[in-house]
Amino acid sequence: MSAEIAAPRSQRIDPKYVRGPKSRSSFEMLAWLFMRLSGVVLVVLIFGHLIANLLTGTGINALSFGFVAGKWASPIWQFWDLALLWLAMLHGTNGVRTIINDYAEKHATRAWLKGVLYVSTIFIIVLGSLVIFTFDPCVVNSPLPQC
Amino acid sequence: MSKTSSGTLYRGREGMWSWVGHRVTGVVIFLFLLVHVLDTALVRVDASAYDAVIATYKNPLMALGETALVAAILFHAFNGLRLILVDFWKQGTKYQRQLLWGVIGVWVVVFAGFAIRHLSLAFGGH
Ligand code: HEM
Ligand code: HEM
Repeated sequence: MSAEIAAPRSQRIDPKYVRGPKSRSSFEMLAWLFMRLSGVVLVVLIFGHLIANLLTGTGINALSFGFVAGKWASPIWQFWDLALLWLAMLHGTNGVRTIINDYAEKHATRAWLKGVLYVSTIFIIVLGSLVIFTFDPCVVNSPLPQC
Repeated sequence: MSKTSSGTLYRGREGMWSWVGHRVTGVVIFLFLLVHVLDTALVRVDASAYDAVIATYKNPLMALGETALVAAILFHAFNGLRLILVDFWKQGTKYQRQLLWGVIGVWVVVFAGFAIRHLSLAFGGH
């Protein structure tokens, strides 16, 4: 069982390779591109998030309401977390959409699963954005001295 | 697809397992993120409720969970960069297997560094 298999689109296949008819929508291609662009940016955002929250100072022991208030006093960290929220959620949602398309074979099942997925995604993105934009250092039970 | 296939260029080889790993870690990170945004939202409701939830993240059992989560993230991140190289770099498909060993090597080193630091902080030995 060791047939000679040339690399895709090489040698004899290459010159004759023709694309199928152009599809009307470029959504899938844009989604494919988005997965790669967001992936590169997410490496930076997530590594920065983990370094700041788990590896510097006393790491996880330092996490508290006061720690979050300190970070979100800076517009840089607000923007960092907002970008992380949107990119990770959209990247993850698109990834899970692909997985649903792969495994859910019945049309109705697919539609339901994707409906639940999109509703959850919108809910989490809206909630997370509101939490960052409306953050109040003097919320109920705040331990901060200025409150 | 034949269920009795004794192996092809792809099935059952590194290429397939790295794909399974990428898929599983992607879903795990996504589920974590849903919960993570929900618990972070407590910050907008009640400061001491937030602190109480965060306190549970500091016990040794949870520290192991966080370590596992970071293991998944590191694999997904490095393997994701490999997929991107395979797609965009001219020599990518030719070296995809070497790139996978590179991913595993970098993963072992970075994960070991993270685990030592995080677990010694979480278990109080710093
Ligand atoms: C165990 C590891 C993690 C810990 C201890 C942690 C901790 C925190 C903390 C303390 C905050 C509050 C704000 C801040 O510090 O910037 C936060 C917010 C956030 N984290 Fe994490 N994080 C972890 C992993 C992750 C991962 C892997 C992701 C992405 C996939 C992520 C995405 C976010 C997002 C999007 C926010 C903002 C939430 C909002 O908008 O309300 N975190 N995290
Ligand atoms: C750390 C940076 C990350 C990089 C470099 C990265 C890269 C990638 C790439 C290149 C793909 C393949 C897309 C395709 O096959 O067309 C992918 C898929 C996926 N990613 Fe990520 N990703 C990252 C972070 C995340 C995060 C934070 C999540 C979850 C919130 C996530 C969830 C997924 C899922 C569910 C898939 C689909 C897997 C599949 O179809 O088998 N990724 N990622």
